[in-house]
Amino acid sequence: MISREQVENRVLGVGRVLWLAFIVVICVVPLLYMLLLSVRPLQAVLSDPLDFIPSLEELNLEAYRKVIASPSEGGYGLLSFFRNSLIVAIGSVLLTVLFSVLGAYAATRLRFPGKNVINTSFFAVYMFPGIVMAIPLFVLFSRMGLRGELGALVIIYLASTVPVCVYMLRNYFRSIPEGLEDAAMVDGCNRGQVITRIVLPLAMPSIAATSLYVFMIAWNEYLFALLFLLERRDNWTVSLGLAQLDDISVSETVLMAGSVLLTLPVIALFFVAERLLVEGLTAGAEKG
Amino acid sequence: MSERPPGLHDAPAEQDDSPQARAEERTPGQPAGERPGAGAEPAPRRGRKRGGRRRPLGLRAREARLGLGLVSPTLVIVLLVVVLPFLWTILMSFQRLRLIDLQNVFDVTLTLRNFRVVLGSPQLWDMVRTTLIYSIAGTALSVGMGLLTALALRRTFAGRGLIRIAVLFPYVIPVVSAALVWRTLLNPQFGPVNVFGVDVLGWDEPIGFLSERSHRFEVLGIGFDLPVALLSVIAFEAWKTFPLAFLFILARLQGMPKDLEEAARVDGATPLQRFRYVIMPQLAGVIALLVLLRFIWTFQNFNDVYLLTGGAAGTEVVAVQVYNYLINRNDVGSAAALGLLMSIVLVTAFAFYYRYGVLKQERDA
Repeated sequence: MISREQVENRVLGVGRVLWLAFIVVICVVPLLYMLLLSVRPLQAVLSDPLDFIPSLEELNLEAYRKVIASPSEGGYGLLSFFRNSLIVAIGSVLLTVLFSVLGAYAATRLRFPGKNVINTSFFAVYMFPGIVMAIPLFVLFSRMGLRGELGALVIIYLASTVPVCVYMLRNYFRSIPEGLEDAAMVDGCNRGQVITRIVLPLAMPSIAATSLYVFMIAWNEYLFALLFLLERRDNWTVSLGLAQLDDISVSETVLMAGSVLLTLPVIALFFVAERLLVEGLTAGAEKG
Repeated sequence: MSERPPGLHDAPAEQDDSPQARAEERTPGQPAGERPGAGAEPAPRRGRKRGGRRRPLGLRAREARLGLGLVSPTLVIVLLVVVLPFLWTILMSFQRLRLIDLQNVFDVTLTLRNFRVVLGSPQLWDMVRTTLIYSIAGTALSVGMGLLTALALRRTFAGRGLIRIAVLFPYVIPVVSAALVWRTLLNPQFGPVNVFGVDVLGWDEPIGFLSERSHRFEVLGIGFDLPVALLSVIAFEAWKTFPLAFLFILARLQGMPKDLEEAARVDGATPLQRFRYVIMPQLAGVIALLVLLRFIWTFQNFNDVYLLTGGAAGTEVVAVQVYNYLINRNDVGSAAALGLLMSIVLVTAFAFYYRYGVLKQERDA
């Protein structure tokens, strides 16, 4: 006689394996497909779309050369977009971390009027529709002549990530024992020194997590780049540049090569600092 | 770093930093609620000797001033880039404003024309239905897949770490890359999904997953129409976001005390019963939070649909329509009006949750 426990264990065990196999397939296969397609000639893909594994003699990096090369060399100029994406992403990270460290310190250690209002409003801001925020900013930046400037994007990414980052850092600052800071103050440090010498070194892991989170958001972002940069080709980010390629019927292998290049920095960071990023994501979550 | 932020100099200056005053501040005589740390603040650069005026209050005022000073960069940027623009959106939704003649920005002749345009649009109900189906189905699928995956990865086994990393791929990769891969995979001519379907599964014809409003399927002689394009963008949304649900739920699962479940097992509860009566109640909070977050984000999602279908084939959700009003029709006023209506739906959802306290317990947990 088999007990219900055993039956359920058996069935659930099999179901679990099947489900995990399914999940791994849907998570890994698209990326693998992207990579495999990008190193093959288009003709080979079209002649047998189900033959995923390229033979050795087929392997070529022509698609990469084409997507990177500048338009004057017959390419699509993705390389110059990398510079723009890096400027925007790194600028956003630096400003957001600076602002959020100060804000989070105040929110954990100091009492000031309106503190609770701030906390609640941050959560609301975090959920604000990007597209609705975009309308007035679009009009404003158009009038100010800032549309097309990378700085405009940095400001937007800063504003849309800083509330979440304050929230993330605040949770971490709370776990730093206040006694350390008190001791430093008794020894003659002022607030600024306490923040730079005690809090920052201790909070480094969470600052790294916050930085990764902001970098990822800024690097991946599409809507605002589309709205603000479309008319300034020399300022396009990689995401925007690649999406625009899709509109002008570029061959699939080239699109996949571009996708690999766009994805690579994020995946690399992810592997280097998976734990940190997971921490950041669990605390912050990406809007989108 | 300056302790005295600019712009706040006019706050009452009541600090007193003489050693004697500091000693007094740390005595037990200070008001309840004053933390000891706050009293130990030397700040040597401050001017000395103002005479003894209301010291504990002065200390508080200084702390408040510093707090506001540190938080003000964040506040100012959020105010300038999020809050004021939103208030401006409300105004714009009542203005007749086109992108070509932005000079009208200061013309405050208010009109209901934008709302008449938006609400009188023949596609309005199609759009509302599409958006609701998209956000509700996307949310349910995303949270459901996240829950199953978290449960499946709860216990440690060889390779679990690798699977956990793989699961996060869809979530961390740029949406543009993800959309391009999906478009290639689902391509009707040479996309492997269609080629596999036609060559191996024996479909009569390739399916335009991202271009067909509806496709007729025959199963056991019964034919039915499915809105394939809408289903495809829902699947994409679920695929791209279930890792978030997975992370949240897994974190909660791992923080759960084991003894309750163990007790239930000893009492003879089967795995399904343990899930139903022991695990699920403990996950209810985090799932409620995820449902809210995912609904809010899916409801306003622009990127996925725009990149996959451009809003064609019955996938025009509200965010894409706002974009079309703004960019393709140059009608800023109508875009603002629709955006405002969209925000009202979201605020309602948020308020509903807030009212029932779901967020509070979960975020503070």
